[in-house]
Amino acid sequence: MAIIKAEGLARTFRTRGRTVEAVRGVDLEVGAGEIVGFLGTNGAGKTTTLRMLATLLRPTSGRATVAGADLRRDPAGVRRRIGYVGQGGGAHPDALVGEELLLQGELYRMTRAAARERAASVAGRLGLADLLDRQVQTLSGGQRRRLDIGLGLVHSPPLVFLDEPSTGLDPHSRRELWHHTRRLRDEWGTTVFLTTHYLEEADALCDRVLVMDRGRIVIEGTPEELKRKVAGDVISVEVADDPAPAEAVLRARPEVLALAVDDRTLRLTVARGEQALSGLVQALGGAGVRLESIQVRRPSLDEVFLAATGHPLHADPPVPPAPAAAVPAGLADPADPADPADEGALGVRRA
Amino acid sequence: MSVARDTSLIFRRQVRQDTRNPVWLLIGLSQPILYLAFFGPMLSRVLRADEGRTGSAWQVYVPGLLVQLALFGAAFVGFTVIADWRTGSMERMRVTPVSRFALLMGRVLHDVAVLLAQSVVLILAAVVFGLRAPLAGIALSLLFVALLTCSLSSLSYGLGLAVKRETAFSPMLNIATVLLLLLSGILLPMSLAPSWLNDVSRLTPLRYLVDAIRDAFVGRFATATVAEGLAVGLGLAALSLAAGTYVFCRENV
Repeated sequence: MAIIKAEGLARTFRTRGRTVEAVRGVDLEVGAGEIVGFLGTNGAGKTTTLRMLATLLRPTSGRATVAGADLRRDPAGVRRRIGYVGQGGGAHPDALVGEELLLQGELYRMTRAAARERAASVAGRLGLADLLDRQVQTLSGGQRRRLDIGLGLVHSPPLVFLDEPSTGLDPHSRRELWHHTRRLRDEWGTTVFLTTHYLEEADALCDRVLVMDRGRIVIEGTPEELKRKVAGDVISVEVADDPAPAEAVLRARPEVLALAVDDRTLRLTVARGEQALSGLVQALGGAGVRLESIQVRRPSLDEVFLAATGHPLHADPPVPPAPAAAVPAGLADPADPADPADEGALGVRRA
Repeated sequence: MSVARDTSLIFRRQVRQDTRNPVWLLIGLSQPILYLAFFGPMLSRVLRADEGRTGSAWQVYVPGLLVQLALFGAAFVGFTVIADWRTGSMERMRVTPVSRFALLMGRVLHDVAVLLAQSVVLILAAVVFGLRAPLAGIALSLLFVALLTCSLSSLSYGLGLAVKRETAFSPMLNIATVLLLLLSGILLPMSLAPSWLNDVSRLTPLRYLVDAIRDAFVGRFATATVAEGLAVGLGLAALSLAAGTYVFCRENV
């Protein structure tokens, strides 16, 4: 059953007389209980699409049903049934953790008692129970992120949007975040739709990945499918001595699509690694080649992204958006990255 | 019903923020108190030139200070909405079913409450310096302060949310507040001004409020000036709230 169904969703921005197509007709379907990831570079249109689906931005064209409500006709219905956690989070630095959770529940029109109960339950789930009396600005990055996510969950939505949830977190906090995200789905059946520019994250967390580039979805599938579809598997064979006989044997095999030799290691590409493996080992053994080691490896999503879009996905985190107040007026970026609505403009400047 | 509840939630949230940073409330109040102490005493001499007036210099000057307090207290509130936008807390609320009008109104009512409290403190301080004015006049002056605060803070929030950049917002405010300060007759009554300046001053809404409060402070309530002040105050508040509401309710902020 689809919890999100979008057809031809598009968004055009007008900045300084120029028209920027940030999102150019996205069709997508997300099933209830899935963890789906939007993968793409900054400016690919991920955030713009997410904001449209979360009623924060009106689509220029196209339509969508989100959590059973029509995006255009019933945005209030969508809001009641979704949680949304923006890039910067949403907790006020001066406020207390418990206060923010309680207020959010009340903004979702719960009674004070119900909101209090839900705040306590969400805090317990996300490991925030001991932090309720702390000011938000005293939290660590990981704690802060869990609070942001908690704010999106106080009303137990069946669907939650997470915009780049792990940006800026250290590896430990990131893994912790993945753990909590999986539990959301596994234990409470929440559908999670997230954006990321970390391949590692899409690979580790998502049931399905939609790769977005320049406002379009260029390829989609499970991480496994994508890797298989695009690049095949890589088998590394390390031999004990001269690689030449092994190379001769392997080049003669029809299932070997490509072969590269690097010292005593031979790297070959095949369509399906596990199936090819035993035949290759037998052939090498028959020719008297002594093997040191042999290894089957799936191509990474990096290679998938490169193949699908023609340019590599930068794995480095983007420059954090600087508060405009800290930027001297003359140096202020015309497309301020602090404003997510400008994302499309950034993409065009890059291109 | 739910709009009223939403408004009260936002109002209380803003009040909680104040209790965490009470120093800002004092800073806001300190400026008019300084004017009262270091500028007010000179006025009794200057105002002798203004023979047509009744009442003491304080009855002329404190109404101006009240308007000045509201002007500087309310005009700059838009910065907080820019900060809320930047930290994402505005967006986090906008994605809930909360009434968008309440997001504005809760903030505006908070500012009205703060300015009324500060006005009472300012009036009490002025009494210490020598102000004597009828209670009904003081009550009426507080109504004007409330209307003006409602207007300016709605406009400031609306403009702040529309602009979203301190670097653009700040110069706009500086120009607007200085112009309003000079043209409203806050510092000195406009009856001292040459006629062209007096005419220009009549184009700014604050002029009417200042004049009306001055009448109220000397106990003249049934005057055209008071009626004009009320009409301008109510009209300005309605227009400003409508403009602020328009920005807050836009689908694409």
